Amino acid sequence: MAHAERRLPIESGCPDGIQYMHPVMKKNFGRWRYHEDPRPGVLRHVAYSGDDIWTVRAGTQRILDLFTLRKLCEIGDEFADGYVRFTIRSNIEFMLSDGKRVEPLIEALESNGFVVGGTRNSVAAISHTQGWLHCDIPATDASGVVKSMMDQLVDEFRQWNMPNRVHITTSCCQINCGGQGDIAINIQHTKPPKIDHTLVANVCERPSVVARCPVAAIRPAMVNGKPSLEVDERKCVCCGACYPPCPPMQINDPEHSKLAVWIGGNHSNARARPTFQKLVAAGIPNNPPRWPEATAIVKRILKAYQTHARDWERINDWVERIGWTRFFELTELPFTKFHIDNWRGQQKSLNASSHLRF
Amino acid sequence: MKLHPTPMLDQLESGEWPSFITGIKRLRDTHPDTRIRETTNDLLGQLEHSYETRKGYWKGGTVSVFGYGGGIIPRFSEVGDLFPKSREFHTLRVQPPAGNYYTTDILRRLSDSWEKWGSGLVTFHGQTGNIMFIGATTENTQHFFNEINEYGFDLGGAGPCVRTAQSCVGSGRCEQSCANEHEIHRRLVNNFLDEMHRPALPYKFKFKVSGCPNDCMNAIERADFAVIGTWRDDMQVDQAEVRRYVSSKGRQYIIDNVITRCPTHALSLTDDDTLQVDNPNCVRCMHCLNVMPKALSPGEDRGVSLLIGGKRTLKIGDRFGTVIVPFMKLEDESDYERLVELAEEVIDFFAENALEHERIGEMIERIGLVNFLEALNIEMDPNMIVHPRENSYVRTDHWEEEAQKWFERRSGHSRSANVA
Repeated sequence: MAHAERRLPIESGCPDGIQYMHPVMKKNFGRWRYHEDPRPGVLRHVAYSGDDIWTVRAGTQRILDLFTLRKLCEIGDEFADGYVRFTIRSNIEFMLSDGKRVEPLIEALESNGFVVGGTRNSVAAISHTQGWLHCDIPATDASGVVKSMMDQLVDEFRQWNMPNRVHITTSCCQINCGGQGDIAINIQHTKPPKIDHTLVANVCERPSVVARCPVAAIRPAMVNGKPSLEVDERKCVCCGACYPPCPPMQINDPEHSKLAVWIGGNHSNARARPTFQKLVAAGIPNNPPRWPEATAIVKRILKAYQTHARDWERINDWVERIGWTRFFELTELPFTKFHIDNWRGQQKSLNASSHLRF
Repeated sequence: MKLHPTPMLDQLESGEWPSFITGIKRLRDTHPDTRIRETTNDLLGQLEHSYETRKGYWKGGTVSVFGYGGGIIPRFSEVGDLFPKSREFHTLRVQPPAGNYYTTDILRRLSDSWEKWGSGLVTFHGQTGNIMFIGATTENTQHFFNEINEYGFDLGGAGPCVRTAQSCVGSGRCEQSCANEHEIHRRLVNNFLDEMHRPALPYKFKFKVSGCPNDCMNAIERADFAVIGTWRDDMQVDQAEVRRYVSSKGRQYIIDNVITRCPTHALSLTDDDTLQVDNPNCVRCMHCLNVMPKALSPGEDRGVSLLIGGKRTLKIGDRFGTVIVPFMKLEDESDYERLVELAEEVIDFFAENALEHERIGEMIERIGLVNFLEALNIEMDPNMIVHPRENSYVRTDHWEEEAQKWFERRSGHSRSANVA
C-alpha cells in the first residue's frame, strides 16, 4: 500500500453542528417553548412560532458496524427527514417535522432490531467504556456487560415504570471512565499488583510510577540485582493507578478482580446538588459472557427503588429520604466495614447526630 | 479464511438489545473487502480469548498523524501472533460537530472513508465525546485522517492536553436552553487547538457545555471547565398553564411533586391555584421547570455560570467542579472574548502550577481556591461556597482592606456584582 502523503493537517477543530441541523430546528433556534412526551422514546418540542419537531430515540449497541450505521441512515432517510444526532448514552435520535411519520419510523426501527425508548422515567441506555475490546488496562469487558444487562432491562428502557430516570454506567477499571450513575457497575480489584521485576527497569519511568500512587505505597527497590519497584501491600488500596504507566505492575487478576455496585450518583442539579455514587455491593464475580450475578443485584436495587421511591425521586433522592438502614433492609444487601469511608473527608459521611432509624 | 471459534461471544447474540457481536460478525462474514473480513475475524478471536482468560491483551504505544502529537489511541496486540490481522488496532478520536448533530449524508461519507481504511467499527461517542473510529493500522490512520480532514473533521485530544469538548442538544431543540451551547463549545475548544494537538499540559483538560442546570453533559461532574446556562431574573410563569396542570394532575400531585420538592422552599400554591415564586431564593435547580415545562420557563436575563475542577477518581478521588463565576452574560462579541480570555488564563495558570499528572481540581485543592482566584483576579463571591470556614485556625491580617473591597464592589455594581 502506498505511503500516506505527509500532508499538513487542517486544524479545523470542532465542526459547526448547525450545518447538520434540521431546518425546523435551525429556524426556531433558541426559541423553543415547551416539550411533551407523547409516548416512551418520543419527544415533541413546540416553538414560540408554533412549529414543532418530533424526536424518536432508539438504543444502539454503541460499538456500531458499518452495516448497522448504514441501516440507521437508510431508516432515517426513508422514514424521517435525514437529520439525526447521538445522545451522551449512544442512543440515536431521529428528528422529523411530520408527527404522522412517527409511528412508521418506530415500526421500522423495531422491526430492524433497534429498541425505541430511553426517555423520561425509564432505565436509560447504559453508558460504558471500551473493555476488553479496545482498552489497554481493562479488568472486564464493557460492551458484553451492557448487552447482558440491557437484555434483562429492555422493557424498562421501553416503558416509563420508574419513579424518575435511571442512568446506569459501567467501568472496567477503578479509574471509572464510565462516570457517575444512579447505578454504577465497576470493577474492584482486591489484590495488590503482581510485579514482573524483570521488566520494570526497561518499561517504566520509576519516579512517575511512585508519584502516581494515591497512598504512597510504592517505593523504588533493587530486586535480584535489577532496579525495580516494591509495593507496601498493607497500604495498597488496589486502585490500579500504577498499571497504566507501568504494565509490569499487573493489577488485573482473573480470579480476584471482582465487580462492585455503587448507587446514587446524579449529575443533575435538580432538587439537590449533584451527588457522587456510594458503594453498596462488592465481591461480585467477574463472570463472562453474561455476568448474571451483577445483573441480579442491579435488578434487585431497581425493584426496591421502583416499589418504594416517590415520583420524581432519583435513586439518590430516595435513599436520602429513607436512609441507608432502610436501603440495606429493602435490598437485602449486606452492610459491611467496607461501606464505612476511610478516605480523606471521611468525617462528613459519618452520622454526627442522634438522627437514627430503627 | 479460517474462522476463530467464539463459543462465549456467541452467547451475546441472543436477547432483544442490539448485539455488538452480531454486528462484528456481519463484517467478518459478509463484507466484500477481505481486509475487513480478516481484521474482524482476528478481533473476534482475541476478544474470545479475553472472555476465556478474563484478561485484556492490548497495549499502548506511540502513533500519531503527521503534524500532530495526539488524537490517536494506539493499540498493539500482545497476542498478535495468534491474531495477526488485528495486531495493530488503533482508535482515531475525531471531534463531532457541536451538539452531536449529523445528517445521514455526512454519516455515509464518514462510513465510506472508514470502510476504505479501517475495521468498519465506530462508536458515537466515547465518554469524552469523540467519534471513536476503532481499528486502523498505523499506516492507515494517516490515510483515513487525510481523507476526513479534507471535508471538515479534525482529531480530538489524547494525553495531557485540551480534550475534545461536549455540548448538549441545546438551543437547537430544548426549551430549557439558556445559552448558545454550540457557539460556546466551538469558541472555547477551537481556541486551544494547539494545546489539543500537541500535548504539553500537566494533564488532561476538558470543556463541557450544558445549556441549563439539568447539566445533561455531566459537566460539573467531569469537566475541568464547566459552562452551565442559567438566568438571574425571575423565572417565567404562565399561570393559566399552572392551573391546567393542577386541574389535570390534581392539587395533591402538584403539592407533593412540585411545591414540597423545591430545595429552598421558594414555591407556594395559592388558594386559587396560582404559583407564587420567591425568586431571590430560587437556586435554579430546574425541578419545577422539568415537571411543568409548559407552565414554567427560565427567566429572560440569561447567561452562564462557570465551574472549575470536575474530574474522575484518579488520583485523589472524585471531585465536582466548583463555582468561580456565578454569572456572566454571553450576548455580544466582547462577552465571548472575555470567556475565551478567562479560559486562556485558567489554562496558563494550570500549565504553570499543576504538578505532572495533576488535574486542575486537584491543583486547586492543593493550593486553595483563594490563591487560584487571586492569581486570576476573580472577585470572591458567597455563591462560591456552601458555607464559610468552620475551622478557627485562620489568619485575618488586612481584614479592613478586604472588607473595603467587598463594599466597593457592592456599591460599584449592585445587581451585576456577580459578573466576571
